[in-house]
Amino acid sequence: MTDMKEPLIPVVGVVTDIRIDTPDVKTFRVVTPEGKKAFAHKPGQCAMLSVPGVGEAMFSITSSPTNEEYMEFSIKKCGCVTEWLHAMEVGQQITIRGPLGNGFPVDTAFAGHDMLFIAGGIGLAPLRSVINYCRHYRDRYGKIDIVYGSRSKQDLVDYQEIIDEWAGDEGVNVYLTIDREQPEWDGHVGFVPNYVKELGFSTDKIAVLCGPPIMIKFTLAGLMELGFDKTQVYTTMELRMKCGIGKCGRCNIGSKYVCKDGPVFRCDQLDELPDEY
Amino acid sequence: MRKIAVSRIQELFAAIAAGQTLYLPVDTKAGAKFEQWESGKQLSSALNTVRSAKDFFFPQTENLMDFRVEGKKIEIIDTRRESEDFVLFGVRACDVRSFTVLDRVFLAEPVDTYYKNRREHGLIMSMSCTRPAETCFCGTFGIDAAEPEGDVVCHMTADTLYLDAKTEKGSALLEGLSALTEDCAAEDEAAVERHRELSHERLSKLPLASLSADRFGADKTDEFFNDPAWKSLSEACLGCGTCTFVCPTCQCYDIQDFDTGHGVKRFRCWDSCMYSDFTKMSAGQPRLTQLERFRQRFMHKLVYYPTNNDGLFSCVGCGRCLSKCPIQMNIVKVMKQLGGKQND
Repeated sequence: MTDMKEPLIPVVGVVTDIRIDTPDVKTFRVVTPEGKKAFAHKPGQCAMLSVPGVGEAMFSITSSPTNEEYMEFSIKKCGCVTEWLHAMEVGQQITIRGPLGNGFPVDTAFAGHDMLFIAGGIGLAPLRSVINYCRHYRDRYGKIDIVYGSRSKQDLVDYQEIIDEWAGDEGVNVYLTIDREQPEWDGHVGFVPNYVKELGFSTDKIAVLCGPPIMIKFTLAGLMELGFDKTQVYTTMELRMKCGIGKCGRCNIGSKYVCKDGPVFRCDQLDELPDEY
Repeated sequence: MRKIAVSRIQELFAAIAAGQTLYLPVDTKAGAKFEQWESGKQLSSALNTVRSAKDFFFPQTENLMDFRVEGKKIEIIDTRRESEDFVLFGVRACDVRSFTVLDRVFLAEPVDTYYKNRREHGLIMSMSCTRPAETCFCGTFGIDAAEPEGDVVCHMTADTLYLDAKTEKGSALLEGLSALTEDCAAEDEAAVERHRELSHERLSKLPLASLSADRFGADKTDEFFNDPAWKSLSEACLGCGTCTFVCPTCQCYDIQDFDTGHGVKRFRCWDSCMYSDFTKMSAGQPRLTQLERFRQRFMHKLVYYPTNNDGLFSCVGCGRCLSKCPIQMNIVKVMKQLGGKQND
């Protein structure tokens, strides 16, 4: 029995790079002490990171599975574990376990389709994985549109990567927006849901949404107005989790566990769940 | 089936305890409680233990692993140890069923090895009930208190203890005890049958004997989730969590680290969906009121769990929450209020 793999026991991870993205978001690069990737994953899957003595928390894996050298996590400072992570230095060891959750259906439902990614704030973190996966296997997907908004220019996560890499790709259109005017910004100003309606996308594509609940709610309504069906729209959810494997009960919503049956849900599947979140 | 005179039950306990640790309900100042048997300890005559038997497989607190932290380095220490063989004697039908309910959670992939370890080393000797209490309603969930599940099913009459092996593990145990026990004849079978009949007769006269769970079950979320009755039902709930702790099927847990000063210990402890902390995130609190937390507990037992487990309910009708809730609110009242005409 004790030689069986226990899903709650993590492995050691080493933080080899820390990038400051925004005033409250940092991106951490993690490998095993041997310098390898800790495990393979699918876009949209998550991992439990822990700082022994502080706690363990669930994070979406920001890097694409096509990156075979390391994993990255874009993390916003907002609680005990994340504050500790933000204070650490390169070379620090943490623990990691996963992959957890279902991930996006990149090789099935998404295959061959035009893709529309819509993110708000730190909501880009889980989408970056699938966006880079689609960019890597460019010929498997049609046109890619990315709408991303944040409070200010400084709060746009992965800004440099978006400008330097994504925006230049053929067949990839990036639309950035910030909530309020600011001096060094000549791009669009306004909230994501309105911007999506203004851009008026055609409905022959799959939309993937992630952001604060209020943004998801209004963006989804906007997509419905544009004529999208809920079966074309995917989102990824966040609830409190301890085990990550559908046993501790925290992320139970209706008959689903967000950690194992999600975090990715199609919006019509969400409708079947009790309206609790 | 084998039998032994009740007057020789201590010899039986001694023989079982010679091979593995034996736990059985004994009377304490705080009521009946499972304790390790040692010479002279008497089997409790109480109907059931105050705490359920789930502790043996899913303890209230357990150390999952340790960490040695030195500077920036971390070492993870696997503290799992192979469990010792043990026998749980005198488990009632409701509590035996609760193990099945817990199995569906902890033994589902990916398997919880802490739980599986204990489960595989534990042998259940269940005991049929002859004097069920007025808080009992196991029959509502298709459990027969006169014929429990288990590795060995026991029936105790005034003078004889009958032992019926139901699994290979149970047969092996009884084989080891064959010098002490006698084989049963037709008249013994008849005695056990009479014992069952008596039990069924008493069960049929219980105040909750007609309580029905038929209206609940898989895929009934929409039917009950927005019922206005949740408001009045949950109004007086103190959110103390007592119901979840005495419940044999409640399995929600928390994981917490404790820094001992010379290493970090990671613990798992029982948790309760009745607490606001349970779902509280830095990003917000999805269940803001006690109504939502209260509803979650009962919806999980009566609808969500059955949806995921072929209609199996996550309540076994043991009645512990009925006798322990400080405001006398419980699943029976919920079922009566929401269950329509059948439960009037």
